[in-house]
Amino acid sequence: MAYVAVKGGERAITNAHKWLAEERRGDPSVGEIETAQVREQLSLAVDRVMGEGSCYDRDLAALAVKQARGDLPEAVFLVRAYRTTLPRFGASEPIDTVEMAVRRRVSAAFKDIPGGQVLGPTFDYTHRLLDFALAADGETAPRAVVAEEPQAYPMPTIGSVFAHEGLLESDEQTPDASEPFDLTREPMSFPADRDQRLQALARGDEGFLLSLAYSSQRGWGNTHPLCGEIRMGEVAVEFVPDELGFAIEVGEITVTECQMLGGLTGSAEKPPQYTRGYGLVFGHSERKAMSMAIVDRALRDRATEAGQVAPVQDEEFVLYHSDNVEASGFVQHLKLPHYVDFQADLQLIRRLRREYFERQSLKVAAE
Amino acid sequence: MNLAPSSNNAPERYYNYAYLDEQTKRMIRRAILKALAIPGYQAPFGSREIPVPYGWGTGGIQLTAAIIGPDDVYKCIDQGADDTTNAVSIRQFFAKVADVATTEDTNQATIIQTRHRIPEKSLKQGQILVFQVPQPEPLRFLEPRETETRAMHAYEEYGLQYVSLYENISRYGRIASTASYPVMVEERYLMSPSPIPKFDNPKLDENEAIMLFGAGREKRIYAVPPHTHVRSLDFEDYPFETQTWEETCALCGADDAYLDEVVLDDAGARMFVCSDTHNCAERRAAGHAGPMADHQLARAEEGDAQ
Repeated sequence: MAYVAVKGGERAITNAHKWLAEERRGDPSVGEIETAQVREQLSLAVDRVMGEGSCYDRDLAALAVKQARGDLPEAVFLVRAYRTTLPRFGASEPIDTVEMAVRRRVSAAFKDIPGGQVLGPTFDYTHRLLDFALAADGETAPRAVVAEEPQAYPMPTIGSVFAHEGLLESDEQTPDASEPFDLTREPMSFPADRDQRLQALARGDEGFLLSLAYSSQRGWGNTHPLCGEIRMGEVAVEFVPDELGFAIEVGEITVTECQMLGGLTGSAEKPPQYTRGYGLVFGHSERKAMSMAIVDRALRDRATEAGQVAPVQDEEFVLYHSDNVEASGFVQHLKLPHYVDFQADLQLIRRLRREYFERQSLKVAAE
Repeated sequence: MNLAPSSNNAPERYYNYAYLDEQTKRMIRRAILKALAIPGYQAPFGSREIPVPYGWGTGGIQLTAAIIGPDDVYKCIDQGADDTTNAVSIRQFFAKVADVATTEDTNQATIIQTRHRIPEKSLKQGQILVFQVPQPEPLRFLEPRETETRAMHAYEEYGLQYVSLYENISRYGRIASTASYPVMVEERYLMSPSPIPKFDNPKLDENEAIMLFGAGREKRIYAVPPHTHVRSLDFEDYPFETQTWEETCALCGADDAYLDEVVLDDAGARMFVCSDTHNCAERRAAGHAGPMADHQLARAEEGDAQ
């Protein structure tokens, strides 16, 4: 069999990309999907792409999902490579999740808490049976029943339940920096402050964080987590333009927030308290928010006597490897030619083998 | 030389010149100046996402984007060759977003972006060689923690590296590192030359060109300014040596070039050809011929060049 050396040409690349476009479209006798359909009906895919793409724009994310043929890390990459070219005006005011227009809010810590348990649109308690009615045409638009009373507003947080007893640690005072650390503008540095850590986790790969959180639950750096609260809904984003000097609302975003209660702390100087881990992601993703909260909590063990024992507690390990755009690119760069290095390696192994067989034959001759 | 293509829907209409915005270019230029001022030191920089994946040249692309101008002539190689797919893709990228003339001619190029090779032909003053670097930290596989390796560089604590080379010798009878062979820059900073074969290491020493190294994913830039002393690590009794071949280039007959092995069939037949395709083509044009000078590989390259 003759082997033809792989030499790329401009024509080969162009044709490959045309083929890709054809594959993306699929069978042309089936109607083309519109980005609006992706935005509305694959909304959780859109949410994930916005979160890990660090860019809140449902239409852009929907376009990316369509262009990437549903490959979400690829869609994340498309969004990242776009958002990095956008001008940066500054940092918004911190969003206030107490002021959230809540669509879902549950706590596992108490049977009932102020504001109540609000199930909202959730996969929880659905039976995972394929709904063949969805496969048939002519779906009728389902309508949920509207509640008789509006949700509590503002919705009290789990923190407020504990506040009067001091059972739950309060937020650390953040340093009076004018702007938070911006991972999209500065390289990672260690030890990482919490703003850097939470940013890295918020845009980190959902699967990676999920597995890390899971490993922690299985004893590899356990934090004894208990889901204090999850809430999902809409919050206002405010920005203070220099020329105005006061905050104006620039939009509304959907976020999922998780407050995870962690194991007890306490020392000679401090009374015993529950600790906290925090998760916040764009859109609706409880799996990601909960994983993030567990990992956030586990990473704090760097500062305690627990020491670094498990992967989830190792800041450099977690933060350097959570980004799927970096990881996906670097793993797949192995597809690029490496024949120059491989040639160097081949030479070495041939030489080492020659020397090995020479030694063997000398040994045989001596015997 | 090809002039840049242009169309109504071209990305240059939606993106800044050379893709990156001017603020970002300034930030990268500052990092380059810092890197040039401290040869071999890895300067952290705010690496951006680039429309090619990490590990595919994002560091090199950001360096090029920060220094390129309309008067530049740009060459891009991978494995020494201009026609490898990723090199073609990156060259097309800059032809598109920087409206720049491209070339395969090493002599004509003002900026040469490379992955895994240094061109055979000596570079000249005024040329800039931009390396794509997957892992800027030479000590990374000896010490996985960045906090540790930064301290090791600060204290010039390179004992671990020498121990690793010594272990090589005790195990294999020689230093078994063949590419990314560590170098010492101006007797101060240990540096990874990127995964070039050690064959190319001597070209780093006292080179006339500016050599810039960009690691996008790892967010580091480092540099070797012109006429800088770069020494490959070795021991008195185990001096540094480069690869040599018993064969010559099958196409141009070169006996002093880095050769790629091309498998011809599954019965063990193979040929060796220059990795530096432009140097090889130039030699053939000058009348040099190897034992298989009319092989289809040579013809294919001529076809591509048209």
